[in-house]
Amino acid sequence: MCLGTPGQIVAIHDAAKKLGVVEIAGVRRVTNLACVVDEIPLDACVGEWVLVHVGFAMSRIDPEEARRTLSLLAELGDSAPADDGGLP
Amino acid sequence: MTADKSSLFSRIESYRRRAGRVRGSVIETAHGGGGRAMRDLLDDVIVGVFVREFGSRELSDHEDQARFELTALSARGDRLAVTTDSYVVTPLEFPGGDIGSLAVNGTVNDLAVGGARPLYLTCSLVIEEGLEIAVLRRIVRSMARAAKHAGVAIVTGDTKVVARGAADRLFINTTGIGVIPRGVEVASNRVAPDDVLLVNGYLGDHGAAILVARGELQLETDIPSDCAALSPLVELLLSELDVHAMRDVTRGGLAAVLNELALASEVGIVVNAKALPVRHEVAGFCEILGLDPVHLANEGKLVVAVPKAQATRALELMRSHPLGQHAVAIATCRRDPPGLVTLDTGFGGERILDMLVGEPLPRIC
Amino acid sequence: MKYIDEFRDPVAGRRVLKQIEGLVARLKPRTAPLKIMEVCGGHTHSIFKFGLEVMLPDVIELVHGPGCPVCVLPVGRIDDAIAIAEQPNVIFTTFGDAMRVPGSAKSLLATRAGGADIRTVYSPTDALALARANPGREVVFFGLGFETTVPATALTILEADADNIDNFSVFSNHITIIPTINALLETPDLTLDGFIGPGHVTMVIGLEPYRFVAERFAKPMVISGFEPLDILQAIQMLLAQFVEGRCEVENQYRRLVRDDGNQAALRAIAEVFELRPFFEWRGLGSIDHSGLTLRERFARFDAERRFTTPKLTVADPKACQCGAVLKGALKPWECKVFGTACTPQTPIGACMVSSEGACAAYYNYGRLTTLRRAPS
Repeated sequence: MCLGTPGQIVAIHDAAKKLGVVEIAGVRRVTNLACVVDEIPLDACVGEWVLVHVGFAMSRIDPEEARRTLSLLAELGDSAPADDGGLP
Repeated sequence: MTADKSSLFSRIESYRRRAGRVRGSVIETAHGGGGRAMRDLLDDVIVGVFVREFGSRELSDHEDQARFELTALSARGDRLAVTTDSYVVTPLEFPGGDIGSLAVNGTVNDLAVGGARPLYLTCSLVIEEGLEIAVLRRIVRSMARAAKHAGVAIVTGDTKVVARGAADRLFINTTGIGVIPRGVEVASNRVAPDDVLLVNGYLGDHGAAILVARGELQLETDIPSDCAALSPLVELLLSELDVHAMRDVTRGGLAAVLNELALASEVGIVVNAKALPVRHEVAGFCEILGLDPVHLANEGKLVVAVPKAQATRALELMRSHPLGQHAVAIATCRRDPPGLVTLDTGFGGERILDMLVGEPLPRIC
Repeated sequence: MKYIDEFRDPVAGRRVLKQIEGLVARLKPRTAPLKIMEVCGGHTHSIFKFGLEVMLPDVIELVHGPGCPVCVLPVGRIDDAIAIAEQPNVIFTTFGDAMRVPGSAKSLLATRAGGADIRTVYSPTDALALARANPGREVVFFGLGFETTVPATALTILEADADNIDNFSVFSNHITIIPTINALLETPDLTLDGFIGPGHVTMVIGLEPYRFVAERFAKPMVISGFEPLDILQAIQMLLAQFVEGRCEVENQYRRLVRDDGNQAALRAIAEVFELRPFFEWRGLGSIDHSGLTLRERFARFDAERRFTTPKLTVADPKACQCGAVLKGALKPWECKVFGTACTPQTPIGACMVSSEGACAAYYNYGRLTTLRRAPS
């Protein structure tokens, strides 16, 4: 349940209504920030990453915790393979 | 007849014979009524565009049918290919194309992937009254441009006007005729167990572009439709390769085409998820809405099956063409399990890749 | 994509699998498989999308739980939604998920084909925007989902209230996760060993409400994210608990889930919604205090009070064994009608309807598992 997508706040759309513009992989949408402004004040939230669900930012993504989870999983290998055109 | 009367007569006659000009700004039922208003619309917007603006010599507005020299056709090959498709899309105009370019390229592609060289199209318009004439003119121009670009001639057509609510602004049907050159044998049931499947570029652009252009999702991004005529690319591939099967990837997306090929040829297809070419924005679009790029529509993509030994050359050829710059080998075939498409998830797992039941619906969970 | 691609890295995935295999080797010898339920349909979806099930050691059996708000919607509520959508002048808005769910006679998709104005939206705010744009029409939003989605509906109602939009209402079918897990745990013959907890619900409600799972029912739980690495790590953490003899509620999804949840979201929920005495679930029956309805103060936005609906309880189709599947007592393919009478095209039960449903996931993605595990 509850599809959520990480996106970055790139602009404030309407400060009074706590609306911001969130960008997810080059796709932008006006997003309600009411649930995250407790944690990140509106005037400081541009650049922050949040989890977006049905047009609402539901939580700030903590980059430090994300890094810690990944390092727990051991360092990542070089995950970008050379472009071999997918040939078998 | 007195001189006065004769000059009046010739004045009226020349007026009757003038190239008609459509009046008003929207289509009305009179434009489909078979009378002068319809003549004006055809003269001005249809024939005017195809013949006068784009110099089409094949479209006659005097006859009820197009006529072809059989010898000219048989010089090009030994089989005729015929296909028909109706185009309904909302909105009519979208980034990267419109219903007009779609109606030309879609039918051209249906001919091309059968190995046929597309030659002629028919064009049938069903117009809802109230459609802006300016929009219609833009779309007809777009059809003429697309036809010229694809090297096909629009040879005959029909125009109907229906009452408001009986159609959604504009529907277009095109029927295409092409000739298959001697020796070309492309068929969906010819995929062999050691074939490699390639696709000519990014998946899902058209589907994403349309959903964004409808505006209902309030998403903003720059994803243009991939609407294009694939015939030049097909011709290039057929010039060198033993193409076993070829399909254009349209509604239902890659998943539908692969399943159809697997079933028709009774082979197993293993897709390499990591290789699937997907534009960054389309991947993001799909993450947001819970969709999968392999289910989204395309209008300028094809899948080709070639023997493994020719896969490298096929990729080179594709990438040498503007329509195949982002071509990738996406799948291999095997004998078992026949008819089943599986996906190597790239994470170590494997799963079945089936077609969707209906249209892809955005989901929240 | 940031915060997605890193968590889909196959190299790291193999490392976690190694750790999982190491932990499995240290488990006390057992005859029955280790049954781990992922409560949430989002996890089910990821597990199948990335083919995780076939990667895990055979002793681990994943049980796909009831956490798909669309799947658990009972027939009667779909009928009510259709009754509202069919009233003249109504624009009925819904997430795409609900469009194909069968009611007793038809789905919303079929209702739309019959002429009703039914539109899919991405967000409740889009429904409110439709209400503003169509002042002469009644716009109804089909409120679906667990606590992750409830704040969005609540905040939208608060906005409608502040702006005095009088042609907007919500048909609330919002549900809560805790009573459901509780009801599941109270099932007498339950054979589950542990839980993968729903990351996004927990992001809203926090960890505290789950303590009873470990304390009263002695089942370990790990709250997990939705990427394949998240899920594998959650399984690894659960195994570590089994091996070390611990029984706790742990948080794998620390980048998003705070111990005390999201207070702003919880305030919005509490302001607008209250618990119903009971709510009917498809396949599971009635569960006390598991449904949310609008508070009296927001009655004017409550579609159930604005429109007359049949409000009938319709029994689940007899042939369907969704209840047993949702509780983990039955694997999807063990159901009598799976894959024959009940397919994604002609779903009988809830689990086949949504792509999050255990049966649909198996049908679409997982047949391979059954092929492989079936004795040949």
